[in-house]
Amino acid sequence: MKEQAAAPGTLGFCLALLRRQLTLAARRPIEIGNPLLFFMMVVALFPLGLGPSPEKLAGFAPGILWIIALLSNLLTSDTVFRSDFEDGSLEQLLLAPQPLFLSVLAYIAAHWLITGLLLALVSPVFALMINLPAVAIGTLVASLLLGTAVLSLVGGIGAALTVGLKRGGMLISLLILPFYMPVLIFGSAAVQNAVLGVPPGPYLAIIAAMLCLAVALAPLAIAAGLRISVDA
Amino acid sequence: MWSFFHKLGSPPWLYRIAGTIVRWLLPVTLVALCVGLVWGLLYTAPDFRQGNSYRIIYIHVPAAVVALAGYYVMAIAGAVSLIWKMKMADVAMKSCAPIGAALTFIALVTGAIWGKPTWGTWWVWDARITSMLILLFLYLGVVALYEAYDNKEAAGKACAVLTLVGTVNIPIIYKSVDWWYSLHQPASIKFTGDSTIDPSMLYPLLLMIAAFYGVFTCCLLMNMRAEILEREARTNWVKKLALEYRA
Amino acid sequence: MYFDSVQAALSMDGHGGFVWSAYGICLLVLMLILLAPRRRQQKFLRQLAGEQKRRQRGPTVLKEGN
Repeated sequence: MKEQAAAPGTLGFCLALLRRQLTLAARRPIEIGNPLLFFMMVVALFPLGLGPSPEKLAGFAPGILWIIALLSNLLTSDTVFRSDFEDGSLEQLLLAPQPLFLSVLAYIAAHWLITGLLLALVSPVFALMINLPAVAIGTLVASLLLGTAVLSLVGGIGAALTVGLKRGGMLISLLILPFYMPVLIFGSAAVQNAVLGVPPGPYLAIIAAMLCLAVALAPLAIAAGLRISVDA
Repeated sequence: MWSFFHKLGSPPWLYRIAGTIVRWLLPVTLVALCVGLVWGLLYTAPDFRQGNSYRIIYIHVPAAVVALAGYYVMAIAGAVSLIWKMKMADVAMKSCAPIGAALTFIALVTGAIWGKPTWGTWWVWDARITSMLILLFLYLGVVALYEAYDNKEAAGKACAVLTLVGTVNIPIIYKSVDWWYSLHQPASIKFTGDSTIDPSMLYPLLLMIAAFYGVFTCCLLMNMRAEILEREARTNWVKKLALEYRA
Repeated sequence: MYFDSVQAALSMDGHGGFVWSAYGICLLVLMLILLAPRRRQQKFLRQLAGEQKRRQRGPTVLKEGN
């Protein structure tokens, strides 16, 4: 046990990284709350902009909820690597003998647990606020669980490429939003189909397929991006 | 074969050979462009359903085709520069992005102008238009990322990674946009593209596509020449070139 | 030639405005992207040549200027 602590294996290393990220996040509960607060505020914007008519809101609800989830994910993905880049621990990570592919995955997993998972779990409340029919709520949670994981992975690519830039905040949205679009299409389509009574399974399956592809490929791009940003 | 590959990596050689190619290709391209324009504008019969507004096809389709092909040229150049660390591939990739963005812009604007007499609105959220719009975002993203880096070598690598991510994503984006459109398709719009195209319309179209490829190639090579000079500003051959320019 | 007169070619049965403006915008953008690299290259060479000239003359330039 002690030996393991001295030189952790790859899996132990990744779990330690994951725990570290979660601990760091838990020390600043406000920052975990911010995306949720953002979600709630933007939900409140839509009735103000579109009018309070329940039928109208219900019609737009799947799209609204998915777009807000996407935006709050986008706003947080900028910070995934930033503090570690600034204090130099990212450089240490690149020099570590463990494969970067897996340690990057640990970072992304932590990001997803803090934002995507929480967002999916609280989304039913917001769904009720804008009148999404109750039958679709299960699908909404499922599609958000799968979809936000893809978003976190893709957002990580943008974060890795822009982490070294002083003015990266706006740029990351420009780079990443086009890649978010397929997830948005299938995510909101799944919820919409659930509203209409059509089984949403195929759409969820496609999002799951995207997730598989993203898990396999995105860490490669993130690792390459981190190497470029640290070298620059 | 390998010596050719090594020569490709040599800036003065590439600068010279690109100049030679442009000197021959540019006049040919311009002639083809003029012939194609006049042919399409004045000498073809109008489409029996759309009337004369269909003539926009002779610029709209070539711009869209070459804009899409340009992304793959950019991606291949990006891959070469990442894998073999070839500086000239990096130059090529960087030079592709603004041209591709300009061609995508042409395709979108002419499509909008075509849409007004045909569909009655300037903009329709149809699958192909939306895909082209996303392609424009991808190009602009590459340009923005390149400009954001102060270190141009890192900028090239970062853009290469982004382009490759885009290459994996383009089929996914296109398929999902297709799917999205078939889900929401309003019944009022009918496409005329499905009907077989008459040879008298096809030949000028093919000529224009070739001409647009020529424009792309010429622009790319000329951009690369300018980029090479700027990167090699401290070398002797560029200094000599500047002396000749002054004389 | 398909059209009978210049007038007919310009109006194109009411679609002329669309067709000609599309072609005009297209040509304008193509001109811009074809001319931009040449201008950029010439500007760069002129700048470099100017630098060389200044360096050749050396510090005497300042005296002459004054």
